[in-house]
Amino acid sequence: MCSLALFPPPLPCGQATLCETNNELLSRSASEDCLKQESSPLSLYFPRESLKPHSRTESSSKAAFLDHCETLWMRSAAAWRDAGLTGLLNEIANSSAEVPKWLSVSSGCVLALLQRISSFHGSLFPHLTLSSEDMIAEFSQVLKWSDCAVRAFAWHPHTDKFAVALLDDSIKIYNPKSATAPTLKHRLQRSVAAVQWKPLCASALAVACQNCLLVWHVDPCSLSTRPSSGCAQVLSHPGHSPVTSIAWSPSGSFLVSASPMDTNMMVWDVAAESCVPLQRVGGGGVTFLSWSPDGSHVLASTPAALFRVWETRMWTCERWPCLKGRCQSGCWSPDGSRLLFTVQGETVIYALTFTDTPGIPSNTKGPKAAAVVADLSETTFNTPGGDIVVGGEIQSLAWDPRGERLAVLLKGDPQARDRPAMIAVFKTRTSPIFELLPCGFVQGEPGTEPRLMQFHPNFQHGALLTVCWSNGRITHVPFYFLSAGMARHGLGGSPPQPRPEERPADYINQTLYTELTT
Amino acid sequence: MLIFCATLTVRYWHQAVRWTVFHRGSSQRSFKCMWRVICWRAAASVAWAVLLLPPSIAVFVIISRVSLLHPIQWISECVSLLTSATAIFSFILLCGVVLIVGFLNLEYYTVIPSIACSKIALLGQLLHPRQFVSSLVHCILGVIVAWCCAVTIGGRYQTLGYPCTQADGSPQLCLNEYQVILLLAGAFVGYCHSVLGVIHNMNYVSFHTVQQYKYLRFKGSLPLVVKCSAIQALYSVRNYLVVYFFLGYVPRTWICKTLNLQLNRLVCSLHPLDTIAGLLDFSLLYHLWISGTFLLFTWYITLLLFRIFVTEVCFPVQSSFTEDVHQCLPKVLTGQQPAILKFLALHDLALLSQHSPSRRSEVFSLSQPGGHPHNWNAISQECLSLLADLTQRLVAHHDTVATNGRAKSLSTGSDKKSLSSESSGTILLSSQDVMTPRPSVLIKTPASVFLRSSVGSPLTVPFTPDLDSPFSSPALRRLAGPVEQCSPWHGTVQSPHIMRRGPKLWSTSTGERGLQNKTEHVIPIVDPCAIWANEFSKAEQLKFVCFFTLNCPIQVKNFLAKRVLIMYLLNKLPEASSQALFADTQSHIWALEGLSYLVKASFSEDQFGVVQTTLPSILSSMLVLQEAVDRHFKLPHASSKPVRSTSSMEDSSYKTLRFALRATLKTAIYRITTTFGEHLNAVQMSAEHQKRLQQFLEYKE
Repeated sequence: MCSLALFPPPLPCGQATLCETNNELLSRSASEDCLKQESSPLSLYFPRESLKPHSRTESSSKAAFLDHCETLWMRSAAAWRDAGLTGLLNEIANSSAEVPKWLSVSSGCVLALLQRISSFHGSLFPHLTLSSEDMIAEFSQVLKWSDCAVRAFAWHPHTDKFAVALLDDSIKIYNPKSATAPTLKHRLQRSVAAVQWKPLCASALAVACQNCLLVWHVDPCSLSTRPSSGCAQVLSHPGHSPVTSIAWSPSGSFLVSASPMDTNMMVWDVAAESCVPLQRVGGGGVTFLSWSPDGSHVLASTPAALFRVWETRMWTCERWPCLKGRCQSGCWSPDGSRLLFTVQGETVIYALTFTDTPGIPSNTKGPKAAAVVADLSETTFNTPGGDIVVGGEIQSLAWDPRGERLAVLLKGDPQARDRPAMIAVFKTRTSPIFELLPCGFVQGEPGTEPRLMQFHPNFQHGALLTVCWSNGRITHVPFYFLSAGMARHGLGGSPPQPRPEERPADYINQTLYTELTT
Repeated sequence: MLIFCATLTVRYWHQAVRWTVFHRGSSQRSFKCMWRVICWRAAASVAWAVLLLPPSIAVFVIISRVSLLHPIQWISECVSLLTSATAIFSFILLCGVVLIVGFLNLEYYTVIPSIACSKIALLGQLLHPRQFVSSLVHCILGVIVAWCCAVTIGGRYQTLGYPCTQADGSPQLCLNEYQVILLLAGAFVGYCHSVLGVIHNMNYVSFHTVQQYKYLRFKGSLPLVVKCSAIQALYSVRNYLVVYFFLGYVPRTWICKTLNLQLNRLVCSLHPLDTIAGLLDFSLLYHLWISGTFLLFTWYITLLLFRIFVTEVCFPVQSSFTEDVHQCLPKVLTGQQPAILKFLALHDLALLSQHSPSRRSEVFSLSQPGGHPHNWNAISQECLSLLADLTQRLVAHHDTVATNGRAKSLSTGSDKKSLSSESSGTILLSSQDVMTPRPSVLIKTPASVFLRSSVGSPLTVPFTPDLDSPFSSPALRRLAGPVEQCSPWHGTVQSPHIMRRGPKLWSTSTGERGLQNKTEHVIPIVDPCAIWANEFSKAEQLKFVCFFTLNCPIQVKNFLAKRVLIMYLLNKLPEASSQALFADTQSHIWALEGLSYLVKASFSEDQFGVVQTTLPSILSSMLVLQEAVDRHFKLPHASSKPVRSTSSMEDSSYKTLRFALRATLKTAIYRITTTFGEHLNAVQMSAEHQKRLQQFLEYKE
């Protein structure tokens, strides 16, 4: 089992990770790195100050207007429309001067009863008491979501374009082959928790918002920089908000969405705008979804110490109770046979293996127990800048599409300076046995911490990890390697560098050195 | 007994529904066998509905006799009632009702919805004799259920007559109006159910995209059924009370006369039930609503179970030879089947192509002596002809709409010409069509009203949604619109259906089939007038109009335009023509999915290269269809989304089929292009299609 003690020590202060080549992570000083990154078309910088979050909510704008007298009927109707039954009762209970005493008293009683019930329900499922923003922040895969300039990020599964959701609730789409970067804005696009491109489609982008799901259709040939909101389909279902996680089926036919408030997991037929709710009450909601790359399974974690693995033929599920906390994150191997997941409150990575071949309905269930494959408990490294403690709880996992590199985003401790959030990268090997080997830490500029990461779905020369940093910068860290399944002679060595002109001078020598040794 | 029946049925399917991928057998036998499968499924659904009756009766009894102040008495009364003889008798009656409802479901269901393009077409559907029979039966069933409810609720609803003393003191039998109002409510709710069933296409059976086990599907939809029946009952009871308030005395006096009962003047003077004070009896309203809910609930449950059972697809993995060779997939696909079987077969094809490598290998296999890929040929040709059919339909529709509703001078070759002018790939397709005699007549007409019978009944055919004009049939169009004086079919007996599909029909089917179709379309020409005459009280005037039309069209147009009612009836519903055009598109969606998954799998699994030979035609047919679909979506109303109704048993998925088709088509092409990548440049296709494909390869569509 791999642990962090086997890792090479983190970089000294002022250095940032550049890339991996020849089994080594290379770094350079941060200022130099900045200059280089600025020139690259896909590296972006969104300063936190330039983005204004929406501070006002629908109800808070009311205070800005002068109070005026309406009849009780009008106010009641408005309260019913705005806040439903509780609003109506509140209104009646508050305007005791105008209504008969028995009415105001009884509505006050009913209101108190409702609050009791909801608090009881909340004590069963504590997450239900959170506000929807807090809930997204709690269950998001992004570290400190509410404070983050880049709130969601998604590579297109087939091309080199990506979508970035920003703090100001807009989404920008960047494509290196086109000069226009469309900005998507919609009235309902609030608190974006996740974005994902539809597979086998050039244009459809699903967005998980606070109250609904949006599916944008952005014509890749269009020159418009502001597609109208008519390009977006709105998918909503009563009670299904806020949406914290979405996942497209790899065949592009379904979209599943999850909300911690709703015990239903929705399977959407996006074209028909219809949904099939799949209800399982245990757990009190669904927080995180991940569809296996072969399309046969879906991981659905709940706010309670329980997660489910659905099979997608007949949509039945296996229950996996965890001992300590909820399942925080998970990722699938490219062939869909192995699931890695982490549990809140634990510092290890578990693995589950699914052996049943897709297509044959078998009664054999998956594995009976999860195996621990890596231990990420806190480890102290001595660096020139002082001791650094790395490890602890895990925020998210990402596995590259070839199944060779596993990136783990460690939460760290925001209070302590010597316990930064950090990305640890493992090499993964499936034969003869599945194991994780240490690769190294990915670090950014000094003073920044990683918030969000994703692998490029089809990078030719290995793996490309995109990281969004706390200062609003998005960088790409390439890992150059040859797949184990490919040519034997290249084992351990690097493929030819794709862009020789960008190759920094300091590791040209190293390449030569490897060539000499091999 | 019932459980035994159900288990027997379950065992039966596992033997029976087995589309194996072999190519032999007699179609007649297969037809019968498959039809039996559907019947067995329906029987099983009814059996389960009957099994669910006792719990729902128990719940009904408990709710109907609710008295919170005396809970113990309430419970004990309910228990004693449930074990009494009347409860058992009404249970038997309700079983009979459920059986008949199940039979009606089986008789009236359709997998291709009938979409009325104008109000008058809808009216035609409602007044169709078949529909009339259904409404009548529903009324009677409603009365029976209401009687059971009345007996179960007991108290003042128990009997129809009761002994009373008249003013002069003589004992007599008086009419119990409470039971009358309940029975009539049952009839009314039953009638509403049947009428709304037509308006909302309740008999349409859609196939779920998400496969689930029957129990889970049932469990998932149960809350919806309860909610729908409660809401629907509420509205029906409201309408019923209005009707009863005005017209209630008619049935009451009629019953009094026929049964020789007396109206109790004493009681009636206190609160006769067709006054506002009489109707504002809270307990009466509650019982009416509860009874209506119970009635609708049992019927909806039967309908729901029928839908769930009949659309279920089993997945037997067939890897060895079996006896049931006549049930092989290619046979069912190409054979002359009821639409439901064809749909099930296509659904199964889509699923096997996606999930089952072993069954895919059977598709790609060669026949043992001879080495011909019969399975693949049969499947691919059937799918391609489906796609070509849709393309042709779309192009024809677009042509007629583009010429602003007037028919172009339709020569029999016009379709072919327009198609071939668009692309060279189609020629290949249509030539294939010519080669393969393919009796897919069942799916061809987008929506004849009750589609299971392949011979359209004469009254409904004129009201099948016409693809091009605001008026439902050429005769009607001629009636109102004078513009086509010079059009070639003016005054002839040819309908645009024939004109449009002419080349297709003559090239693909034998004379007999063509003749059948022709008669199907010829009959309606005379009929609309007759229908009108039936429909309106102004029958004479309208007959005159019909006659007059043929002579002075312009005057008629002006005359009709002034009649608001008529224009209202004749005005075309927006987007209905689009819906009608894509009514059977679920089959095309499966064909696309099946083809694309098979082609994708062939990249690694097809050992003999059987797919490669058809790859160019598959690609070009998809591209041609894509072009036609894109053009269709540029038409007005084509891309407007229908309003979604969540709280209804209505299955409105047919309204969005065109969007689903568009998405599936694109995904299917992308599936092929991402799998084959640059290799597609080596596929021989026309330059235009190459260019189009390049767009897909670069992800620019």
